[in-house]
Formats: sequence, C-alpha cells, structure tokens
Amino acid sequence: MTLIAFYILSTIVVASALFVVAARNPVHSVLWLILAFFTSAGLLVLIGAEFLAMLLVVVYVGAVAVLFLFVVMMLDIDFVALKQGFQNYLVVGILLALALLAEIGIVVAAATFGGGETFNPNPGGATNAEALSNVLYDDYLLLFQMCGIVLLVAMMGAIVLTLRSRPTVKRQNIAQQVGRKRKDAVELKDVRPGQGIP
Amino acid sequence: MDFLADINNAAPEAILAGFGLVGLLIGAIGGDRISGLLRLLSVVALAAAAVVAAIQFGRGEAISAFASEPLAPDGLYKVSLFTLFAKVVTYALAAFALLMSGGFLKTAQMERYEYPLLIVFGSLGAGMMLSANDLMTLYVGIETLSLSSYVLAAFRRDSIKSAEAGLKYFVLGALASGLLLYGSSLVYGFTGGTGYAAIAAAPSSIGLTFGLVFLICGLAFKASAAPFHIWTPDVYEGAPAPVVAFFSTAPKIAAVGVLAHVLFTAFGPHAGSWQQILAIIAALSMLIGAFGALMQNSIKRILAYSSISNVGFALIGVAAGAEQGAAALLVYMALYVVATLGLFGGVLALRRGGRAIDQVSDLNGLVKSKPGIALGLMVLIFSVAGIPPAAGFWGKLQVFTAGISADLLWLVLVGALASVVSLGYYLRLVWAMFMKPAGEPLDKTDMSVGLVVAITSLAMFPVLTIVIQILLDLAMRAAGG
Repeated sequence: MTLIAFYILSTIVVASALFVVAARNPVHSVLWLILAFFTSAGLLVLIGAEFLAMLLVVVYVGAVAVLFLFVVMMLDIDFVALKQGFQNYLVVGILLALALLAEIGIVVAAATFGGGETFNPNPGGATNAEALSNVLYDDYLLLFQMCGIVLLVAMMGAIVLTLRSRPTVKRQNIAQQVGRKRKDAVELKDVRPGQGIP
Repeated sequence: MDFLADINNAAPEAILAGFGLVGLLIGAIGGDRISGLLRLLSVVALAAAAVVAAIQFGRGEAISAFASEPLAPDGLYKVSLFTLFAKVVTYALAAFALLMSGGFLKTAQMERYEYPLLIVFGSLGAGMMLSANDLMTLYVGIETLSLSSYVLAAFRRDSIKSAEAGLKYFVLGALASGLLLYGSSLVYGFTGGTGYAAIAAAPSSIGLTFGLVFLICGLAFKASAAPFHIWTPDVYEGAPAPVVAFFSTAPKIAAVGVLAHVLFTAFGPHAGSWQQILAIIAALSMLIGAFGALMQNSIKRILAYSSISNVGFALIGVAAGAEQGAAALLVYMALYVVATLGLFGGVLALRRGGRAIDQVSDLNGLVKSKPGIALGLMVLIFSVAGIPPAAGFWGKLQVFTAGISADLLWLVLVGALASVVSLGYYLRLVWAMFMKPAGEPLDKTDMSVGLVVAITSLAMFPVLTIVIQILLDLAMRAAGG
C-alpha cells in the first residue's frame, strides 16, 4: 500500500517538475511547482516526517510559491521573446548539461549512500519536530542567531535603500482631526437678502 | 553546552552583536539626529571588540566554543592566534575607518544612523567568518559581511554611480556566494562533515578537490583576487569615499585571513590540491593589479587595482603554505591595510569646492597647499609600493622570503616584476603632488583626517620600521598557534 502511494506520488512529482520547465505560460509553471511541492509533502508524510511535510506546505506552498506567482504576474516580461534566442544557446546549453551530468556521475560513482542504514524520521525517540528543534536551537544555536542577524541586516538594507522621508507629503493626523472644534471650522454668518457677505 | 561560557568565549562578537541590536533600537527611536552619537558609540564598540580580541590574543591560547555532540564536536566557533591577530586588525581598522568618515558623511548629507550600524554588523560578519570552525559558520559570517557591504556600497542612493556599484557588487557577490555554497556542499558530501577538523581528517578525493576549487573561487571573490577581481574597480569608483576606505581595509584583511585560515586548517592535509591554484591566483592578481592601474586616472580606481595587486602579494604567503607563509601574510596584510587606510582616508578626504576629488590631476601641487598631508601621503605611498625604508618594504620582503623558502621562485620573480611596474603609478601620484604646479585651492580638511594620515604615516615610516621585529614576533606566534 505504501509502495503504491510512493510510486504514484513520485510519478506526479517528477511529471509536474517536468511541466514546470516545459510549460509555455509562466503562471502555469508556478502552478505546476505548487503541485510538485504538495506531492513532495505527501512523500515526506509517507516516510513519517510529518512535521517537515507540514512545513513544506506552509512555507513553500503558502509563502514562496505565492510570492513567485505574484512576481511572475507583476513583472511585465515577454516570455516568448525571452525564449526566442533558444536555438543560439542550444550547443552551449547541451555542453553545460553534459558537464553537469558528468559531475552527477562522478558524485554517484564516488559516494556511498547511507551505508545501509534505514532512514529514521524520529532519531533518538524524539518526534521529528523535537529532533529538528534540538538541532536548530541547541546544537546550531550560534548559526540560528547569526542567521537572525543576517536577516536583520537585509531588512536594514531594504529600509536604508528605499525609505525616503518626504516632508512635503501631507498625512492624515487623526488626533488633530478629532481634536478639531466646531468653532475652528464653522462660522455663522447672518446673510441678509440682497446683500451677500461683505 | 554552557551557553553563557560560550558567549564569554566569543566575547568580541558578542559585544558587536549586542551593541548592533541596542544601537539599532536607539537609532530607531532617536532618528538621524543622533547619528553622530551612534557613530562615536560604534567606534567605541569596535575598539572594545578589538581590545577584547587582543586580550584573548595575549592569553595565547586557542578558544573553542559552541561545541555539541555529535554534530559539531570541535565547536562551530574557534579562534586561534592566527585568526585573533587578523580580528584585532580588522576591528581596529573598522573603528578608524568609521572615525574618519564623519566629515564626509556630513557634507554628502549621508548622516543616517544606519551607517555606523552597518559597519558594526559588517565587522561582526568579518569576525565571525574568521572565527569559523565550520563551513556553515563561515558562510553565515561571509553573508553578514557581504550584505552590509552591498548596502554600504549603494548607501548614497541618490547617486547613480553608487547605486550601480551596489547593484554590481550584489549581483556578482551573490554569484560568488553561490559558488562558495556549491563548493561547501560538495566538500560536505565527500568528507561527511562541515567542521574544519572533519574535513582535515577526511581522505583526499576528486570530489573534495572539486568542492575546494569552488570554495577558493568564492573566497577569492570576497578578497578581490584575480581572476575574480572584476567588480573591484567599479565598486570602489562608485561607492562613497568613506565606504571605500572601509572596504579596502577591514574586510580585506578578514577575507585574505579567512582564505588562508580555511586552507591552512581545514584543507591543510590536502595542500597538494590548492597550492598551485593559489600560486596562479597570486601571480594573476599581482600582474593584473600592476598593469591595470597604469592607464587609470581616477584615484579610486588606482587604489582598487593597488588592492588587487597587494592581495596577490599576500597570497604568495598562502601559496607558500602554513609554516612559511602564515606569519609573512599577516604582517604584509596588516601593514598594507594600515597604510591604505591612511592613504585612502587622506586622498579621499581632500575636497575642492565641496566635492571630493577623484582625478590624479586634482592632486597637483598638493605639497604647496597642504605640505603636511602631502608628506604623509608620500610616506604611505612608499609603504604601499614597498620602497625602503617604509614599513611596507619589510612586509614585501617577508612574503618574498616565504615564497623562496617554499620553492616558489617563479612566483617571487613575478611579484618583483609586478612591484616594479606598479611603481609607475605610485610614483605618478607622488609626482603630481610634488612636481606639478598647483591647481585650484582645496577646501579645509578635517582634523581627524589629518590625524589619521599623520598617525598611519608615522607608523609606516619610523615607528613600525623600527618595531617591525615585534610585529613579526607577534605574527610568528600567531602562525604557530
């Protein structure tokens, strides 16, 4: 039963990954990518790493893919024109692909995978959320904190480079609005017929 | 693990990180009005970090922290005397570069409170990558430094050149980070560990060499060694002057130091796979730096090529290997960055009509209008060029000696050729200052700039030349530890 589910899910992952590259419309590419993420989450559930699976759905499908979708839809890129020079780069592309394939070959030939150990989603009896947090917040605490600083610096950078103070722009000041009295704004005038306001 | 003890062991970085966070809070509340105060506080924090690192150096023992079984048994963080030496110089120079920047920031209307904090975070990244004992710590440190550097390069966002510099630096830097990560993942795959000790213990293999090459590419980019130097002249030309003074000093010695440290410790047993690569990178850097600057008229570009060339000289020390080269490399880099700080700071602080000068011809007749600064700059130029009796000569002598004792005579000959060629443009600066008739009068310079030029040039000429033996002993101790 698990095996059947595995084969179905992995076929979908591979196929949708293929469509990500092959789809003509970039929005469709992103949608295929979302499908690939979802089915990969299914694969993770199959091996018992349910925390990772949920994380994949929340982070990748919920945030990253939607962000991609926005970027693709917002950017005004003519993808047909972008793909026009494809034939010119075909030879270089094939050479690069071969080089990468050769590298993968070298890695596969040289490496021994796993050493016959079976995968254990819950090492040391801890649940996988617990095992992950042990690594993140205990073993690699320094790195976790430094990553926080990296993100902080990135945020500072974004603010430094884009935030402009515009003293000429008028903003709504609610306190001022609320504090305004009737007598500041309205004045009663007794207008006599045929005379108007002097 | 004992968290507080680990923090205590990593005290210089803890000071910087803590100050950076608090400073950001102060800045967010106080706004740009208190940027001057924050700048002074940042200088104090950087100086404190330098002092603490110096105390650790004085204690003379390697410190390891953030260890955990079984993932990082040797600790994610470890400082040896070698890296402590580089860290002290890095923090001290960052403090000086920040101290000098005040006048420029005011006139260029760049007085924003983020500026000193970005330098503090950048220095924190530099210190973290030097203290790394694990490829992951190395990467996080490099990213902290790089991100701050990208923003600093584009800090003058109203200027197209500054924005271009930032963008160029960012795109190329991201590519280099990618190479570095790819290399690290290959190394991890073939050694089964990311800790330096685990990598050193693993047997050599073709995959490890593959990863090592990518790793060297990424690190050489950060140190702006040829053939990964292309960004340097453009970024230096576009970035604001005090930022360039920072770039060419503190991160430079950190990057060269970290390249040497990773190769010496993690890949020490695999020296056969990187020594030739480093020798070629060193030769290319020296030549490209020397010939590239000959036709330049912009002082910033000349100094960019000069820094490429000087990184090449320092890399002779790396190529010579840990035993011969480590001390020479530290002495050379320390002397070079101190001289550069004075040189950059001095030249770029000169202003004419409120605008920073940038052409060689702007220096014409400087000796008549500002004889003190001209004399100081001449000493600094002699030191950077390696003309005796300035201290830079002894640094060059050290790396050349290291190269010869490691049987790299050809590399030393290339280096000698490059120094002769580079004399051409160094002397051009001196010629302009002393022999050409003066042009338009220059603006008044700040006290702090004159002070830094005076201190660095005095250090370069009589003081360090005399006490160079002490520095050498310190570096020797550092290389041994």
